[in-house]
Amino acid sequence: MYFVRHNPRVLVGGAIVLVLLFMALAAPLIAPYDPIDVDASQALEAPNLTHLFGTDDLGRDVLSRVIWGSQISLSVGLISVGIGFLVGVTVGLLAGYLGGVVDLLAMRAIDALLAFPALLLAISITAALGPQIQNAMIAIGIVAVPAYTRLTRGQVLSVREREFIVAARTIGANPVRIVLRHIFPNIANPLVVQATLGIAGAILAEAALSFLGLGAQPPKPSWGLDINYNARYLSNFKWWMSLAPGTAIFLAVFAFNFLGDALRDALDPRLRRSA
Amino acid sequence: MTQYILRRLLLMVPVALLVTLIVFALVRLSPGDPILIYAGEERDPAAIEALRHEYGLDRPLPLQYVSWLTHALQGDLGRSLRTRQPVLQAITERLPKTLELGFAALLLSISIALVVGSIAALKRNSPLDLVATGFTIAGVSLPNFYLGIILILVFALAARIFPPGGYADFASDPFDNLKRLVLPAITLATASTAVNLRQVRSSLLDVLEQEYLRTARAKGLREGAVIVGHAMKNALIPIVTIFGLQIGALLDGAIITETIFFWPGVGRLAVDSIAGRDYPVVQAIVLMSALSFMASTLAVDILYAWLDPRISYGRRSS
Repeated sequence: MYFVRHNPRVLVGGAIVLVLLFMALAAPLIAPYDPIDVDASQALEAPNLTHLFGTDDLGRDVLSRVIWGSQISLSVGLISVGIGFLVGVTVGLLAGYLGGVVDLLAMRAIDALLAFPALLLAISITAALGPQIQNAMIAIGIVAVPAYTRLTRGQVLSVREREFIVAARTIGANPVRIVLRHIFPNIANPLVVQATLGIAGAILAEAALSFLGLGAQPPKPSWGLDINYNARYLSNFKWWMSLAPGTAIFLAVFAFNFLGDALRDALDPRLRRSA
Repeated sequence: MTQYILRRLLLMVPVALLVTLIVFALVRLSPGDPILIYAGEERDPAAIEALRHEYGLDRPLPLQYVSWLTHALQGDLGRSLRTRQPVLQAITERLPKTLELGFAALLLSISIALVVGSIAALKRNSPLDLVATGFTIAGVSLPNFYLGIILILVFALAARIFPPGGYADFASDPFDNLKRLVLPAITLATASTAVNLRQVRSSLLDVLEQEYLRTARAKGLREGAVIVGHAMKNALIPIVTIFGLQIGALLDGAIITETIFFWPGVGRLAVDSIAGRDYPVVQAIVLMSALSFMASTLAVDILYAWLDPRISYGRRSS
């Protein structure tokens, strides 16, 4: 609690994340309208008391689409980071602990993945698997793998020869137990920070993929998709349809970045001293 | 140093091969039959089979890979399925436009980051520092397609200062070219400016606490000379890495920016080719951007060694 009270970034970031989580979980209860319900008589209405964020060209309520859109953004953020974390940390633990050929092969594969610019790789994988939100999650997860592998491997190398690990090996502890019970808890902090910042990156990547038509497909409410769809009305100054989902992406990414930064400062004693 | 460069080049070979394998697999995994796109209106099965044979798509995948790689190494990246134009020609026609946009954004980003980042570090906790720190978080959180749309709305549609998009050839109309460059360059530069500014500020803050700066001041050097000659020189080392990697990843940022602003560069070609399932073009763009990213990573490492004599690559074990 001391950490939370003395870190305004945690308070601000955490509060926005909680609001987003609430929006995503309670969308069916709090969204004023059905997000895909077409009502031509209400089309292109500016923000008013009936439709707080206005309506789009099909008369769909923008606020309801933003609220439901949080489900897609947060689930992609969490699931793709989960994929990247699980695969990346496993490979990093194996490469760092076993060393030798396993390390060499794993790190060359990671180098090959790192050679691709991130968004281009995500676009290529999603295009190859087919434009669907599930495939976007897989693509973003794969792109995230190298960051977790390199971080984990580096941390394992620094912990592997410490006395308590040598002691565990000496008394004949099972390698799986050594890795999971002794090494992993000692390297978890930077991974938590990376995962928090990773959610921000994943939300941004999903929005970009959906903007390009490779993520969520219409009529699903997705922030990136809605910005792209509504951008055609900008020349008529129908700005509200793009403004609301854009602000939602910004706030979500901002919150996870803020939280990740605060966690990094709090968990790294060197940064804590200089802050 | 030469030994290090040679070893790195040798290590790049298996990684580059893996990269080509991934690129080939990604395109071959894609749904749909590319030959049907090439065949267009032709639906005669015999004619389609003949085309498949002509393009070698009836051969086993490993043979197709070897054939594709051999041709790629000779500079033959195939022909676009949509336009029949040689892929290399399609890319080289658009590359200068992407480079113009990318380098304009990079120049903007580096200039702002160096000036504002340095002032923010030297005047720590001042109002400017707080604004700069806020911008570093906001800048990386703002999706560039959203920023681009806001800029179009405000500066092109409402204020009518800049055109909303498109490209004008520099040689025929330099003023129009630069006018059309402003909004996409700002859009592309914003996120990298935030990252660079943060790096400049934190690198300089790290260096400012070092004892050799106190020594420099103690021997009577002026503050300007201490900052520029001693602090900046050392603070630049980690900054160079970030700048170098950003040059390698120019295309990544350009993909979305070029799409929003109808900028006819390689990024837009990539998006159009993916939408049109123009596999040879997609394959070539992904391959070229991955290899250029690898080259820039190597260049950064070499520059690193040159900037910091303490780094001895000859004795590195990995």
